[in-house]
Amino acid sequence: MGKTLYEKVFERHTVRRLPSGQYQLLIGVQLIHEVTSPQAFGMLRDLGLKVAYPERNFAVVDHIIPTDDRSRPYADANAEEMMQHIEKNSRDFGIRFFGPDTKDQGVIHIVGPEEGLVQPGMTVVAGDSHTATHGAFGAIAFGIGTSQVGDVLATQTLAVSKLKVRRVVCNGMLPRGVFAKDVILHIIRKLGVNGGVGYAYEFAGSTFDDMSMDERMTVCNMAIEGGARVGYMLPDETTYEYLKGREYAPKGAAWDKAVEYWQSVRSDADAKYDDEVVFDATEMVPMVTWGITPAMTIGINEAIPSVNDFPANEQASVNEAYEYMGVKAGEFIRGTKIDVVFIGSCTNGRLSDFAAVAKMLRNRPFLKVAEGVKALIVPGSMEIARQIATLGYADIFRKAGFEVREAGCSMCLAMNADKLEGRQICASTSNRNFKGRQGSPTGRTILMSPVMAAAAACAGCVVDARQYFNMRTACSCFDCNLCGERN
Amino acid sequence: MSNELKRVSISAQAVPVRGNDIDTDRIIPARFMRCVTFDGLGKYAFADDRKSHKGTHPFDDKKFADAQILIGNRNFGCGSSREHAPQAIAHWNKGIRAVVAESFAEIFFGNCCALGIPCVTASEADLQEMQSLAESKPATVFTVDIDKQTVSGDGKSWKVSIPAEPRAALLEGNWNTTAQLRSAQKEIAQVAASLPYFNGWK
Repeated sequence: MGKTLYEKVFERHTVRRLPSGQYQLLIGVQLIHEVTSPQAFGMLRDLGLKVAYPERNFAVVDHIIPTDDRSRPYADANAEEMMQHIEKNSRDFGIRFFGPDTKDQGVIHIVGPEEGLVQPGMTVVAGDSHTATHGAFGAIAFGIGTSQVGDVLATQTLAVSKLKVRRVVCNGMLPRGVFAKDVILHIIRKLGVNGGVGYAYEFAGSTFDDMSMDERMTVCNMAIEGGARVGYMLPDETTYEYLKGREYAPKGAAWDKAVEYWQSVRSDADAKYDDEVVFDATEMVPMVTWGITPAMTIGINEAIPSVNDFPANEQASVNEAYEYMGVKAGEFIRGTKIDVVFIGSCTNGRLSDFAAVAKMLRNRPFLKVAEGVKALIVPGSMEIARQIATLGYADIFRKAGFEVREAGCSMCLAMNADKLEGRQICASTSNRNFKGRQGSPTGRTILMSPVMAAAAACAGCVVDARQYFNMRTACSCFDCNLCGERN
Repeated sequence: MSNELKRVSISAQAVPVRGNDIDTDRIIPARFMRCVTFDGLGKYAFADDRKSHKGTHPFDDKKFADAQILIGNRNFGCGSSREHAPQAIAHWNKGIRAVVAESFAEIFFGNCCALGIPCVTASEADLQEMQSLAESKPATVFTVDIDKQTVSGDGKSWKVSIPAEPRAALLEGNWNTTAQLRSAQKEIAQVAASLPYFNGWK
């Protein structure tokens, strides 16, 4: 009987079985950020411990960092204090820190892959739930809490339980104007926000095979929103092509050895899965959320469902969502006036996300951010910021009325100064539409793809980007500037 | 392991927090995480929900002020991995020491376990009974028994469950894993040596 990638990588990293029955698992790379780590370093100091494998831990600053004025000390004294802690902790414990001075600063789940730190067949952890992102490389990657961050610092291992594996298959070519974000929102809607609890999701099928690494990361990033702590795809030529030449990627003779290992961890053809679900990409449409969990999602031209469409034990949440969002069953999210647009985050803050938006705006100089709408472009890393400047995207965005900011988590969770006010509604490319998520306790979030968010910015309300950008009629060729599509 | 680390049963009054999918952003909104210690998070537990409930949130209700067991519903603690969430409820008033719900998000469950806070699951119907009992007779002392996998109170008893591995860790007092993991230095080095990428692909 064959094995899944999850089983193979898990076995190769198992140190021993613990008395509780859990496994002690060796961790290939730990990524660290400023919010969930200071207490872990504090624990090391209290116990008089060193970091066991400092060269396998890497630190970033992303959650609290301002995206406009970055002069020190930061205007927010709390942010400054957290920055000083991550600087001191990484210095004292010999950990490489990708700070703003290094020109490599950025969002944890964007910097890791960019540097080539995350590779197939690794175990990867971070004190951050969106660590599943790195599963796009064929790694077992998952979010942990601060006590566990401390365990990994002290031992490079963790006590974990083994997950079951669900194969989430999606086949077919995505229709024009439908993106990786729509695929994962579609999947979460069908499987539910807790459908993945106890499972690792193995995303498989031609739709994912055809995706770029950026797109694969968008999908794996949101596995946790479906309850799956781990989401991964099998490594292939696309993965290797992405890794080649990156700072931490193997080089020369090591490269061939690495590819051999990477190939060996792919799930076997006769691997047994605990569950399997199948989706058809050709039926997918642009998705928008209407409620307060990422499963409360509809197609752009669909009406908000009736409370009676939900099982009895979900109806209280549905009513709570109607009330919080100020919507009713039967209404449409399409047409909802918006106040803020946020294009960025570890979900959709990568180069290809901004390229898709730039492609839409490039030949449409008449399109401007609607009056009264605040629209933020927040690159996921300083490297991406440089690229969007070099490629001319930043100019296109600014001319259209977007603010182009510095790299950070920004308005995904509003731990810096970028936040909603009052009951503002934000068209957001981030990953969570929880109550209060974007910094105002009554602020409202509508999740969508970057191209949908750009269309909303210009229209001033949520629209079907396919129609707004005339995707169907204006473009029938390959690689033209009119369609933001994946040709 | 010393007895004080063992989590066999916990007896205390209970606070019901009703609702499915209560995420960690609601348990502790992100803006309160701009700090470098967990101290002082307790007063911000459910800060935004409490504000929007204008004093009627159970965490503001005086009758639950002594509660140390939280009774929730489905998928409690979903969302962000922030350990600040269990830390916030553990530092609220007298401190939550056990959570009962229909199901938990995994990272939250693990974070609680790492702090020695048992999370046990019960059926939807039983949770309704427990929540109603806590509301109608808030002085009721509930007992969460990790060994027997029951919750009892007011002469009633309900079946609950906790997976074998965390249950063993809590019962044995092994939930603080750092020392245990450190005791395998040699085995760690061996596994590291067996992985090509740990050794520069040599």
